[in-house]
Amino acid sequence: MKKIIVIALVLGNMSMLTAQNQEKKGIEIAKAANLADQGFGSLEVNLKMILKNKNGQVSERQMTNKVLELIEDGDKSLVAFNTPKDVKGTATLTFTHKIGSDDQWLYLPSIKRVKRISSSNKSGPFMGSEFAFEDLSSDEVEKYTYKFIEENDGLLKVEQDPVDPKSGYARRLVTYNKNKGYRLETIEFYDRKNALLKTLIYSDYRQYKSKHWRPGRMTMTNHQNNKETTLFFSDYNFGLELSDEDFTENALKRIGN
Amino acid sequence: MRIYISIVFILIFILSYGQEKKVNDDFELELEAEYRYFPNEAAFEGQKDHFPSLAITPEYSLSWNKGYDMLNFKGFFRLDVDDERTHWDIREFYYQKSKKNWEISLGLKKVYWGVTESNHLVDIINQTDAVESFDGEKKLGQPMAQFSLSTKKIGTFDFFYLPYHRKRTFPGMKARLRFPIVIDNDDLNYESSAEEWHQDFAIRWKHYIGSVDIGLSHFYGTGREPFFTYNYDFNIEAFYPIINQTGLDIQVTNNAFLWKFESIYRTSKVQDFFALTGGVEYTFSNIKSSGIDVGILLEYLYDDRNELALTGLQNDVFFGSRIAFNDVQSTEILIGGITDLKKSSKIFSLEASRRLGESWKLEVEGRFFSNIENRELILSNFQEDSFLRLSFLKYF
Repeated sequence: MKKIIVIALVLGNMSMLTAQNQEKKGIEIAKAANLADQGFGSLEVNLKMILKNKNGQVSERQMTNKVLELIEDGDKSLVAFNTPKDVKGTATLTFTHKIGSDDQWLYLPSIKRVKRISSSNKSGPFMGSEFAFEDLSSDEVEKYTYKFIEENDGLLKVEQDPVDPKSGYARRLVTYNKNKGYRLETIEFYDRKNALLKTLIYSDYRQYKSKHWRPGRMTMTNHQNNKETTLFFSDYNFGLELSDEDFTENALKRIGN
Repeated sequence: MRIYISIVFILIFILSYGQEKKVNDDFELELEAEYRYFPNEAAFEGQKDHFPSLAITPEYSLSWNKGYDMLNFKGFFRLDVDDERTHWDIREFYYQKSKKNWEISLGLKKVYWGVTESNHLVDIINQTDAVESFDGEKKLGQPMAQFSLSTKKIGTFDFFYLPYHRKRTFPGMKARLRFPIVIDNDDLNYESSAEEWHQDFAIRWKHYIGSVDIGLSHFYGTGREPFFTYNYDFNIEAFYPIINQTGLDIQVTNNAFLWKFESIYRTSKVQDFFALTGGVEYTFSNIKSSGIDVGILLEYLYDDRNELALTGLQNDVFFGSRIAFNDVQSTEILIGGITDLKKSSKIFSLEASRRLGESWKLEVEGRFFSNIENRELILSNFQEDSFLRLSFLKYF
């Protein structure tokens, strides 16, 4: 009897330890991924978004994105639309924060107005696409709690639970590629009812400055409405040496012109 | 005006001389077919009910030196049943140079200040293109030299030199939304003997601290709003006074709540007054995971001028709802109403838009005047002018 209790205690402890270990390992992977990409400084990239509905009808958006890397706090980002033509020049400036809500401004070129907007709408669709706002914001380690699931041939599967209750997801299953600078390969999104909602696949990767892996394509498939959005990235430019001064309200108005 | 355009060109040449030569250019064209219909019988002689109209907006921009140097042009022409609404304008034609934390703009430009939705008190740099839209959001290009300095710790400072004043255009004989007497622009005089060449100045400080965005501005020069008064024959007389106007705008962004406040204090020889607009916008976002956002807007409007407030918004409440479907076609609806707190007067409005295909857009607008009291000096003239507007826009 004593033996059984001891065994039960040991086993119980083991599984607790495992849970702790899983959590620890999960965070370590997220931090390693973060570190592996640290030091890109700033970049500019062109984006093309192809929206496909369940009947195969397509719609296109073109954007440019500028990002400034910050170490102490979250990144700064500028996004400006080129098409559809009726929203050309519409642009957003986002200051991501590791803790607390992001600061975000929207520029409306037709009336030249800059509006501070709420960043609390994370789960809503970005421009009618299958990407939610939160899918496109910068991935800070602090935004999730972690659980390591498995390692398979250098592919690390980690469960991430969003800290923010306003997130549209109960959890995400993220696959990192350990041998390629911990780049992301796939993300599975589970909705608040814990049903599989979307799958995101990263592909056409290229390495820049012999360190930073960037995808040429991200395909988001929604399993519940059968719609699909593909993001194509082109003309990555890491050499612009952007600074804080390129991420101001004035810069937002300039990019939207 | 011609002098200014030449000055702009000379300055562009001097400032851009010897810089990197890689130039990007971009041409855009917008065509609009519009139909406005006023179902009620006209209140005044000569006014029409149906207003088909066409407008064209060409835009051309050049940028070089990695986008730190730019030349922007935006023209506008409208053909309308109303002779005064048939008009053209250079909305923008300016050179801009930016370097590190400063920026300079020379030429005709449009600048927007403010945070509230139902009224735009603080916004004063550009003259309103009053025949173009009912809400006053369309503006005429303003000749200016603007210097903007962004600092890391204490916000952005903007300095404006505004050498030339542009008069507001008022609707002609055939138009609705006018007074019984057609106001001829040439009849409007200036307080200053320099007339439109009175040299005006403005300064603005804009900063944000956490969730608070704040703007403080001052304008000195010829006012954008004409001062209306009645002479002994009860005819409207109007002129453009020299004014000093201080404006304050604040927005507090707290999760889905946007708290907004704007106020101005204006002094001139003929009139000193205070006005404010303040309220809240709350958005229920992604309702039941449908992607649809529903925003609720509530604002209070106050104006010291009482009956003489050109906008007719002296003690009113605005309520409205903004519905964004966030669909592929970017469908949006804004419905609202302004109701006077002491009188029966109400104005209801509807604005909706939807993209058609990749390069077309449909816009619908309705304004409905209801129970406008006769003692409303300005609004009472518009009581039969409820209208519907339908616009098709094509982008090239």
